Amino acid sequence: MRVLVAWCPDWSVTAGMFELAETGEAQHPASQPAAVLANNIVEVCNGAARAEGVRRGQRRRDAQSRCPELVLLPANPERDVRYFEPVLATVEDLRPGVAPIRPGLLAVSAPGRYFGGEPHAAALLSQHLVDAGVWDCRFGVADDLFTAEQAARQAPVQDCVVVSPGASAAFIQALPVRVLADTVDGGAEGRELADLLRRLGLPTLGDFARLSRAEVSNRFGAFGLSVWQRAQGGAPTRLGSREPPPELACEIGFEPPLESAEAVCFSVRTTAERFVAGLAERQLVAVAVRIEAEADGVVMSARTWLHPRCFTSRDLIDRVHWQLQAGMASSGLRSRRDAGAVSAPVERVRFLPETVEPASAHAEGLWGGGADEQVTRGVARVQAMIGFDAVRTPVLQGGRSVADRQSTVAWGERPVGLRPLDRPWPGRIPGPAPSRVFAVPPAAEVVDEAGRSVTVTERGAVTGEPWRYRIDAAADVAARRWTPVASWAGPWPVDDAWWVSEGGAGRSARFQVVGVDGRAWLLVWRATGWEAEAGYD
Amino acid sequence: MSAQPLEAVATVADLQRRIESLQGGPTRLTVPVHPVLEGLVQLRTGTSYAVDSATLALGLAAGASRAGEWVGFAGWGDFGAEAADQWGIDLRRTVLVPDPGDLWLEVTAALVDVLKVVVLKPTGQVDAKSASILDARLRARSSVLVVWGEWPRVEARLSAEQAVWSGVGRGRGRLDQRGLRVAVTRGTRRSARDLVLP
Repeated sequence: MRVLVAWCPDWSVTAGMFELAETGEAQHPASQPAAVLANNIVEVCNGAARAEGVRRGQRRRDAQSRCPELVLLPANPERDVRYFEPVLATVEDLRPGVAPIRPGLLAVSAPGRYFGGEPHAAALLSQHLVDAGVWDCRFGVADDLFTAEQAARQAPVQDCVVVSPGASAAFIQALPVRVLADTVDGGAEGRELADLLRRLGLPTLGDFARLSRAEVSNRFGAFGLSVWQRAQGGAPTRLGSREPPPELACEIGFEPPLESAEAVCFSVRTTAERFVAGLAERQLVAVAVRIEAEADGVVMSARTWLHPRCFTSRDLIDRVHWQLQAGMASSGLRSRRDAGAVSAPVERVRFLPETVEPASAHAEGLWGGGADEQVTRGVARVQAMIGFDAVRTPVLQGGRSVADRQSTVAWGERPVGLRPLDRPWPGRIPGPAPSRVFAVPPAAEVVDEAGRSVTVTERGAVTGEPWRYRIDAAADVAARRWTPVASWAGPWPVDDAWWVSEGGAGRSARFQVVGVDGRAWLLVWRATGWEAEAGYD
Repeated sequence: MSAQPLEAVATVADLQRRIESLQGGPTRLTVPVHPVLEGLVQLRTGTSYAVDSATLALGLAAGASRAGEWVGFAGWGDFGAEAADQWGIDLRRTVLVPDPGDLWLEVTAALVDVLKVVVLKPTGQVDAKSASILDARLRARSSVLVVWGEWPRVEARLSAEQAVWSGVGRGRGRLDQRGLRVAVTRGTRRSARDLVLP
């Protein structure tokens, strides 16, 4: 099998520039030097930057000192993949069976004589890719993947290098070992091997190929052996080609066009069933479907319908009915006779799946309800209503104050950076936890019998017995009234974070106070005044 | 020898109950309650309950969570996660919407769709019509609404009266255990019971 490889050099930079152009932040010509940095180290740079002396592995300040107008792009592998997807689709349109190897590199079985020979096929692909905005693409055709990739790397911009059948070994063996530095799966290992071979006095892959298999296996390990096999030429090629996305949309035409919604609904039944069955064959269900109705060759009614669970064929027919009826003028004064008539004869109805989900997520459990998946979906609806951050999952963590001992993470995210729970945390309040923990502690007042504010001395003694208290909590009228203290416990002094000047730092002391109404509070005294940290409601 | 048949009978009864509940449609299933509240109130799906204290709200949600169901808390900005954990609520199966804003009714309706017990702390007034729409939703979705605050029509209203804390004196000890008299009002009927909360 002949393999055609398309290579877009420095794809990370290209994708980053695409993203910049898309967000509209800045328009940079493709000739602008640019580099992708990870951890302040240059990972990839484009040709213009290389011409200025920027190299892979350089520090950011070195790169910028050599080329001050360098556009710096953050590394983002997802972005590279995302922007490579249209390229794959473009090639797939011309030649199915595309195998994405990594962002910027794809392989496809070479289309023999269909486009009039391999160079012509490459030229056609190149034309389509340039139309799609990817001007730097190179092609290589050979008997195996490794040779084809090396051929593509030899090719000039938008051109193709064809290694004729059987000539792979000769082509490969003429190459210098440094091509190993960025092969299909080389990376750091490839760079190391290239460096080692150069120092051993083996400048070309041909020299390496002349070593015996046992020697290579002993000295260079599994990776060396795989390179050696490729350098022999004729390493087996296995392309993990992807299948073109299946066509899931269904449509039906009516000849002659139908005039009443009932007739349309009756006629779309088999199409709706075919649509649902087509999805079910791939273990999918649709949760959002777009229904289009055509009249006189134009789409006269199109609407996306959402379903709380998933569409069955019956649901689809109902939606068609509603949609065609809703297209009418207001029905209040219309006679019963033409209640079902549509404004123009419908000649085509189309079902397009907008959102599909795996059927297993919607299957009913034996005892009813596939709980967790449904919850996930329901909560996603709430998130769509009030925002991603507004739905939280409470988590526990270690800490001294009650507010420190809990935290929340946005729904669907994993908690990170939590303090461990299994430490002793001296100074924490044991016993039952308060059911209300205030995020912003409301101010409070605690006075002794004579009406003086109670404070705590430096030695941790209270200046008077708490007699009455009130808490300035919004929306809690009862707590704002002065309440006599029934019993109290404390003080538990804490000298926390004395090294920072602001916030909740410095000396404080906690009290548990029970009012005569039976409500208990966790109050904290600070040099700035009293606060209510939590309530045992 | 005698324990095993008894156990089997209990299992069979449990399974029969579940089959019945599946056959009888989603309304009016019983939802387990926390052992402390056992006998005081029996939660049924499709109905709403009002409470006037955070502890009782946690207690009503705890039973379902201990039984492996999902629970949610809406409008409860000062949620005490540790207290919930001590009640036996599994925080991994807990959805918290601390501040639903003006959309609290819609958010509650969406949560009722998927969760077994939803505790709502209304941030505004609710009229009888919206409440009845939510009630209809509850019945259709077989879940329980616990309202911490006022609600137009509820199955039962639980209020905490006469809390007595033990373990704390005047300047010594610490809060240890709470004895609580809980009054349950169903329509005009009223009963009360003293509980010792965990």
